[in-house]
Amino acid sequence: MYSEQEWDGLMATLLVECRELHQALEAGLLELERRPQDAEALNGIFRAVHTIKGSAGLFDLERMVRFAHGMESVLVVLRDGGLVPQPELLALLLAASDALGLMIHRIIGEQAVLTPEEEIQAENIERWLGEQLGRNPLVLPQPPSAAVEREEPAKMDCWHISLRFGSETFRHGFDPLAILAYLQTLGRLVNVNCLTEHIPALTALDPESCHWSFELGLHTDVPRSRLVEAVEFVRDDCKVVILPPDSQLPAYVEFIRSMPDEEWRLGEILVASGVITEEELQQALREQQSNSEDYRPLGELVQQQTGVAPGLVDAALNKQTQAREALVRDGKSVRVQADKLDRLIDLVGELVIAGANAAVVAERSGNTDMLEAAARIAELVEAIRDDALRLRMVEIGEVFNRFPRIVRDVSRELGKDIELVISGGETELDKTMVEKIGDPLTHLIRNAIDHGIEAVPARLDQQKPARGTVRLDARHEGGAIVIDVSDDGGGLRTADILDKARSRGLVPANAVMSEAEIHQLIFEPGFSTAAQVTNLSGRGVGMDVVKRSIEALRGSVEIISRQGAGCTFRIRLPLTLAIIDGFLVAVGQAQFVIPLDQVRECLELPAGWQRSGYLDLRQETLPLIDLHELFAIEGQSRRHSVVVVQAGNNKAGLVVDSLLGEQQTVIKPLGRLFRSLDVISGSTILGSGDVALILDVAALVNTAARLEGAAVI
Amino acid sequence: MSELEPTVVAFSGELTIHTLTEQRARMLEAGAAVDLIFDLSGITELDGAGLQLLVAAKRQRLAAGQSLRLTGHSRRIREAMERCGLAGFFGDPQIITAAECE
Repeated sequence: MYSEQEWDGLMATLLVECRELHQALEAGLLELERRPQDAEALNGIFRAVHTIKGSAGLFDLERMVRFAHGMESVLVVLRDGGLVPQPELLALLLAASDALGLMIHRIIGEQAVLTPEEEIQAENIERWLGEQLGRNPLVLPQPPSAAVEREEPAKMDCWHISLRFGSETFRHGFDPLAILAYLQTLGRLVNVNCLTEHIPALTALDPESCHWSFELGLHTDVPRSRLVEAVEFVRDDCKVVILPPDSQLPAYVEFIRSMPDEEWRLGEILVASGVITEEELQQALREQQSNSEDYRPLGELVQQQTGVAPGLVDAALNKQTQAREALVRDGKSVRVQADKLDRLIDLVGELVIAGANAAVVAERSGNTDMLEAAARIAELVEAIRDDALRLRMVEIGEVFNRFPRIVRDVSRELGKDIELVISGGETELDKTMVEKIGDPLTHLIRNAIDHGIEAVPARLDQQKPARGTVRLDARHEGGAIVIDVSDDGGGLRTADILDKARSRGLVPANAVMSEAEIHQLIFEPGFSTAAQVTNLSGRGVGMDVVKRSIEALRGSVEIISRQGAGCTFRIRLPLTLAIIDGFLVAVGQAQFVIPLDQVRECLELPAGWQRSGYLDLRQETLPLIDLHELFAIEGQSRRHSVVVVQAGNNKAGLVVDSLLGEQQTVIKPLGRLFRSLDVISGSTILGSGDVALILDVAALVNTAARLEGAAVI
Repeated sequence: MSELEPTVVAFSGELTIHTLTEQRARMLEAGAAVDLIFDLSGITELDGAGLQLLVAAKRQRLAAGQSLRLTGHSRRIREAMERCGLAGFFGDPQIITAAECE
């Protein structure tokens, strides 16, 4: 059998796959809650549970198999229409999904290990699922009645099945002929159309690739689940659409629309099968064509004709596009163990330093050939650096994925109606950051739901829509990633914040502060203005931890709030933690590196000008920070330069002796002894072998801002 | 000019995923023959990949404005084509023997 190591490896793979499936399961359930008619979501849910059950079975995880089977039984009935996707049922399924997720999480050795309480909960859920099946499974929901009375055309009692086999069908060992033969055992095939136009001519054909496509009718009285089973095992290789006999016009139009290149052909086939009439088809498609000037989306058209809610078609199209894109993406990626990647990055870091060293030596030698060679190496090293760092990039959507569930749960708990809108999920950031940004984001989102968005009556009073919106957006800007958490709630209550701060002794009673400064107070430890401390947030341990977590990632957080309209927390994070482009400066004998993406400009300090205080920079007052003074470095140079840096919205001018140019910097963290130095974020080894300290621009700039504020008071 | 004899290409053995290369080559042998007939009576087995070859061959001929006729269908081949809705596509008269009609 397997060695222990092999077994662990297999288990690891199982866990990863099960977690992904569970995520898909939860996403599908949430989708179904929003749109109970979404058949695609329902199928996805079923497949996820079915696959989890199968995989768990391979590893003899009995408890999981039993539980998954219980879920599957209910899902089958739901899928066949024997149960209605009511909110209570979906809530039960979500609870079941949670329990399943817990089991996946707890797979240790060869069992899913639950605590006694969790086991009791799981058993309860199983019992409730079982009770669902006790209901009369033969009661089918009535199809929505058409708003327009139309005489029932004589329809054949016929299922319409569309099969589009994928190119790998033969290679995966399947034969479309055999599948058709099997379908024939389930009923009577009628009006079989083979779309031969999809098969290339003989000389162009790759014989091993499958191009079969069929549109056919099937007279049968077997339940839909039997039909689905018939094609289930080839599902990955074949696009299947099954339209039951009592489908209504919108379903067929939707189906036709789903294959835009074949509208007329499909329409013809369906009419020939008798499932829609020629008139219905012509009307729907012609209306589409003739209104091309004032183009009306199909959803509107469908609604107008039959009173069915629009958005079904768009949803179907979107789903297809998404699914296709996901397939394309999956096919082109490779799983890599994280530690292998880390080792590679370390080596690249060493390579950068070694390359810099070689450049210095080459320069000293003055040998032109050597200089050229060193320059070429530097170019390549930079390219490898960029590519290697990009390997560590992960889509932030991975983190964003957990929030729909949180928003749903929390807003229900508080009795508010809140929608989460996510954009920019494909924005990439360093993988270590993805893990660490999750908690701060969670807290900000909870905050927005809890304190930001008002209860429904209050919102309606202000002429706001009853449903509040929380927006999560990520994008790249310059050399940073920007994440916005916005809400359209009441915004920060500036006056309340100031009162609270005063009563907590955080600011002197007669302090005069700008609105922005007051907003920043919420990041002070021990601060909370929540009228009631709910059990979610507002215990006062939250916001300061959020800020510190973000700053630990060398990022910054900005507050943009408008009273009555809403609030946005804007998080800025550098794109990577490991290697940055730096700007080298000299102060006395010491050298410092300033992150290049925070450098705005450099200028010479006018002769005679004070090294500390302020500089008038094109009408702007720039606070100066004298690094000599700050670091107590001796040495008098006659001329000085100013490096203008910016962090968030604040600028400052760093006064240094000389500018030494751009420098690739591999960040080496400081030892624990030096962590409390907030203006230094790390160190690096220069090509010359000297050590340079890396300045934390945000900390420096904030120091300047604070001093400035103090001076005003 | 006398009428040209049709070119008959006879197939034998399996027409399945296992024999695609040879069978395809055989189909292409006839090249640009004006009147082409594939004799399928020697075929022992047919699967989806093999049938796809026949469809592709017909498509090729149709595109060039030429004809392709299939003869010698066994009952199984006939059934397969019917099941796939291809009888009309190939358009060949299919001879059903009295024996098969039982």
